[in-house]
Amino acid sequence: MFRYTLGRLLSGVITVWFIATATFLAMHAVPGDPLMNEKATTAEIRENLARKYGLDRPLPEQYVIYLSNMIQGDFGISFTQQNRRVNDIIKDHFPVSAALGILAITFAALGGILWGAITALYRNQLPDIIIMFLVILGISVPSFVFAALGQLLLVNLNQWFGTSILPVAGWGTFSHMLMPSLVLGLGTMALLTRLMRSSMLEVVNEDFIKTAKAKGLSPQRIFFKHQLRNAILPVVTVLGPQIAAITTGGFVVELVFAIPGLGRYFVQAVQQLDYTVIMGTTVFYGAFLVLMVILVDIIYGFIDPRVRLK
Amino acid sequence: MNTLRTLTEADFQPAPSQDNLEQISRPSLSYWQDAWIRLKKNTRALISLYLIVGLAFFTLIGPWIWTKDPAAQDLDQISQAPALPKTALLVKDFEPSATPIDTTHPPAPSGYPDALDAVTGLTVLGTPTTQSVRLSWSPVDQAGGYSVYRSESAPEGLMGLGLPLASLTAGNIVGFEDRLNLKSQTYYYSIIPTDGFDEFDVVSTLEVSPQQSITVSQALERQLIDSDDRPGQTVQLAFHPLGTDYLGRDMLARLMQGARVSLFIGVVAPLIYVLFGVFYGGFAGYLGGTTDQVLMRFADFVVALPFLLFMILFKIAFGIGPGESGILPMLIALILLLWPATARLVRGQVLRIREQGYIEAARLLGGGPSYLIARHIIPNTMGVILVTLTFAVPSAIFTEAFLSFIGMGVAPPTPSWGSMCNEGVKTMLSHPHELFFPALFISITVLAFNLLGDGLTEALDSKMRSKE
Amino acid sequence: MNFLKSLAIALCLFSGAIEAQSVDATRQVVKIALAQEPPQLNSMKATDQVSIFVLGHVMEGLTRYDRRGNLAPGVAERWTLSATSAKFWLRKDAKWSNGDPVTAHDFVFAWRNAVDPKTASEYAFILYPVKNAEAINQGNLPITDLGIRALDDHTLEVTLERPTGYFMKLTAFVTTFPVQERFYRSVEASYAADASQMLYNGAFKITDWVHSASLKMQKNETYWNRQTIRLNGIDADYITADTRARLNLFIDDEIAYTQLDGETYKDALKNQFRIRPFATGSVYFLEYNYRPERITSNLKLRQAIQAAFDPDEFVNKVLQTPGNLPGASLFPSWIKGVNKTFREEYPAKVLRPDLAHAKRLLAEAKAELGVEQIPPLVLLVSDSPTATKQAEYTQGMLKTKLNLDIKIDVQTFKQRLAKMTEGDFDIVGAGWGPDFDDIMTFGDLFASWNLNNRGRYNNPEYDRLVRIAMNSSDPTTRMEAMAGIQTLVYDDAIILPMYEQGVIYIQHPKIKGLRRTVIGSDPDFTHARIVP
Repeated sequence: MFRYTLGRLLSGVITVWFIATATFLAMHAVPGDPLMNEKATTAEIRENLARKYGLDRPLPEQYVIYLSNMIQGDFGISFTQQNRRVNDIIKDHFPVSAALGILAITFAALGGILWGAITALYRNQLPDIIIMFLVILGISVPSFVFAALGQLLLVNLNQWFGTSILPVAGWGTFSHMLMPSLVLGLGTMALLTRLMRSSMLEVVNEDFIKTAKAKGLSPQRIFFKHQLRNAILPVVTVLGPQIAAITTGGFVVELVFAIPGLGRYFVQAVQQLDYTVIMGTTVFYGAFLVLMVILVDIIYGFIDPRVRLK
Repeated sequence: MNTLRTLTEADFQPAPSQDNLEQISRPSLSYWQDAWIRLKKNTRALISLYLIVGLAFFTLIGPWIWTKDPAAQDLDQISQAPALPKTALLVKDFEPSATPIDTTHPPAPSGYPDALDAVTGLTVLGTPTTQSVRLSWSPVDQAGGYSVYRSESAPEGLMGLGLPLASLTAGNIVGFEDRLNLKSQTYYYSIIPTDGFDEFDVVSTLEVSPQQSITVSQALERQLIDSDDRPGQTVQLAFHPLGTDYLGRDMLARLMQGARVSLFIGVVAPLIYVLFGVFYGGFAGYLGGTTDQVLMRFADFVVALPFLLFMILFKIAFGIGPGESGILPMLIALILLLWPATARLVRGQVLRIREQGYIEAARLLGGGPSYLIARHIIPNTMGVILVTLTFAVPSAIFTEAFLSFIGMGVAPPTPSWGSMCNEGVKTMLSHPHELFFPALFISITVLAFNLLGDGLTEALDSKMRSKE
Repeated sequence: MNFLKSLAIALCLFSGAIEAQSVDATRQVVKIALAQEPPQLNSMKATDQVSIFVLGHVMEGLTRYDRRGNLAPGVAERWTLSATSAKFWLRKDAKWSNGDPVTAHDFVFAWRNAVDPKTASEYAFILYPVKNAEAINQGNLPITDLGIRALDDHTLEVTLERPTGYFMKLTAFVTTFPVQERFYRSVEASYAADASQMLYNGAFKITDWVHSASLKMQKNETYWNRQTIRLNGIDADYITADTRARLNLFIDDEIAYTQLDGETYKDALKNQFRIRPFATGSVYFLEYNYRPERITSNLKLRQAIQAAFDPDEFVNKVLQTPGNLPGASLFPSWIKGVNKTFREEYPAKVLRPDLAHAKRLLAEAKAELGVEQIPPLVLLVSDSPTATKQAEYTQGMLKTKLNLDIKIDVQTFKQRLAKMTEGDFDIVGAGWGPDFDDIMTFGDLFASWNLNNRGRYNNPEYDRLVRIAMNSSDPTTRMEAMAGIQTLVYDDAIILPMYEQGVIYIQHPKIKGLRRTVIGSDPDFTHARIVP
């Protein structure tokens, strides 16, 4: 187990190096001068800025410097906010994206399991038809439409109540998080509902359910103790990749709801060609996702011995 | 009790031969024929298939039937909701008129008035049209100016005055010409007298319903009239069944053009990257060993790249040149980032199939590698590949829409459903049709491909076969 | 229903929602949203609107603008100005937020630093009227040669490079704000990175700054003029550039002020808000590429485009929001002339579309260039929704009217700048906002030496007129020269003026004294108050 973990971690490190290199190359392929600004400046000023950020050196040297700084955990200083370190930017904004993502995945998982169980229970009856229709909607409507509609809904609700039920945008309290995370989790929730439904229907045909029935267990007990618990397993396995999808998919929601997350920051940084922020965020996200995957795998290894043997 | 059975001669006759016992009474079905039959039984999958055919028809044949130019700007019908054809009054070209000044009246008050009378004699000069509404009023004693407001609903006192059209800074200016984006609907013009700085709490309101109109030169430009037509006539305006967008462009024509972009990216990108993934994964899986290890490790690296971040980064790095649509950079970025998933899947399939008994049997019977690949491995992975492809389409369409939405997608003036949504979402409340139609098309497409994917999965699943 | 409402309210109070209220008359606090996180609060280097907005509230220069928009004494109590020098007497009660007095040395330090090429301030040119500033900024002289001297703690002397009529107006600009050297040295690189890493001498101070999320300002109790300040706090609780999100926050009474755009104003109208217009003072135009190999260097072609363009249609149908004025000149209508506004004294030629004339000019252009059809022109624009919309309109307009093909080149901010500087365009959608309150902020834009003249327009006559206006302090001479430039802009079709920007905004009816301003910190809450 130890060797397995070590191996995984080592390959993780190589993966992060690959991400860092790919980012570096892609970014320097972007045409344009990051130091240029609306007001034209003298050559002297631009040279000084270039020296400050090490852009006056040849590209391979910049790459080496960048890698060695990165190993020391230093992503450098932002180009657009010349007195802020990229590390601080990540430290300030990543927890926001993470909190949003965690709540969204919680919504999605709970909702998905609940709706999936209901649809399976009432297969081809009215609740099933209604929920599955909503699921299809959830899968086929783009997230930005949901985000815009969600905010609109809040405005109208608040006007109808005559007081602020939930804030329409911004960040700070738990109530700020509710609508954005719900919107963010909708797509995943729909996906999980479908998965849960088919998983439930599959489990019904399994031998141990028949055995339980034959033993004379009460239907409730069969449902909760056997059917539900076994059906949840495949749902849990897809949660891992979905976490990654949700954390990066928060861009639109962060834009629409004015949330100071890392995704919104990244889009701005690309537009401003803020080299250090682009590299910092991408490498950080990449490393985070790699770590998540490794963690999930290791946990599976503990739970399921078959994985470990492979 | 013990009666013996008497054997007769007939008992020693050989049994009649039953040569036809093994005869197959039903026609032989290949795997694909069988899948097709099961797919046809699946109503939802069948509907989705019709939808996809319909979409293809809309995209490819549509522009031949609805021949309106998607780039033509109809500035007289900006952000028009779906409606029946309209007629318009032909008017002369706009000529700026001199500011109406009442020379008998002083421009500024003599002191600081405590109160001002409301404006009187507020009327419209000439026929109010969507080209121009000319207001006129009598000067107010001691006024130093007037504020002009325009509202689409009747104001209640000082509430809901609407748009501030102008602040006139002299008491002897007694008229105003409004040309700001007029529609053929009822407007309420309010005039408030000022002392030159502050407004006073007296409002005079006039209800005006401008007539839809078009200038001669615009009508000529859009080929609605011949040159000899005279102002005062009525002309038929261009018909827009699904309304128009923010520059008066025909929504239906733009949706068709946008479909070409969205579906092109949605279908071509998955086709290419799935194909590449098949070759890559098949190659790795078939060769096995170190080659396989190296190839798959590289695929793992690519999988680890944060997808959306790199989508944006690549798109910017490839750049969009002048006049280019930006479809190609997006296509390349999608392919570069998404092939490993298929490669992994196909490799897994190949590895599994390679171990199957029938491959062993075929090999023992003398089948060479090319025979094995062509006859056994490819057909047996085909189902999985097809399903992957079907599900890849909606996700590619979503990605395109998402990137266009955050302004990183196709470059204007090329429309895509995503970029149309992006425009539409901004005016969601005032012109819902600009969001509704492109969003509807995205949803239908994504839905159709998802349902088809479900249907295919069920139809190609051999477990299902046994259950029937 | 009532039960439902109270249940929902209770639930949300439980979840931590705060009762939204954008203005508080008893506490005199106003809530607003910022368009973005202020990227640079170092006054010597700040260039963007949001940073200037914040700095204008928390710091003060030698002079400032009063509630009527006139120049008033700031840190300087009084001053004298001659053709070659200026002298300032600083008030003794001007204090930093740490209690130290604001001294003449703080100005010397800030100004020297601002022109120091090592600082790399983009606004260094603002100080060019000061002796040797330009040479220092180009690295040719040491910063101690700058024409600024502290005679004692409270007397400041500035030597000018040449007679500069508008010099006093520069002393209210952010780049000229004081910075305390001791404090600056103590934090060095992280100066102005956080609320605690700055010193304040303005009406407010930043008390709480959560990056990209919120920025709170409170009345500065050490400010010398604190008695006149009525607001106790300005809370920017939201940072978003999305106008729809901001409008929604306004509807929800969570912010007290927001600007509207063409897409959101109709929703504001539905809510019966009182909409106010404001002219931003910026002009937007199409700029041509004059590099000789470019087809746009042909005068007839530019004139044909000028004759085809209808600024009136553009403003009324495409921009759609009230307050925008049809483009006519390089100089916006608010610029002051000798006695009245410049445009009243020297009216610009009105651009009226004349299609027949345009077609004639185009035919002449083709003949001069010796081509059958003008090759496609590249129109470079930024990726903002407004800019692309305008580009799409221009493309359609020139195609239908003149059968000219336009290739739109949409680029992100930095890439557009790079392409502009390299001259990789035929036409570029550009705009210019005033940096200081004088006609020269627009006038020298197309002088051959101006680095912002990215189309490389080069006309000795234009340069001559700029020099006349630059070296004179006589208003009439200067305005005559500028009138010459205005005529040249039309006759030579140097640019195609599209519009003078006007915006509309909404504010809470209880806020009084909010000042909108073309120059400097806008909107200005310094003298605002909240009435009950």
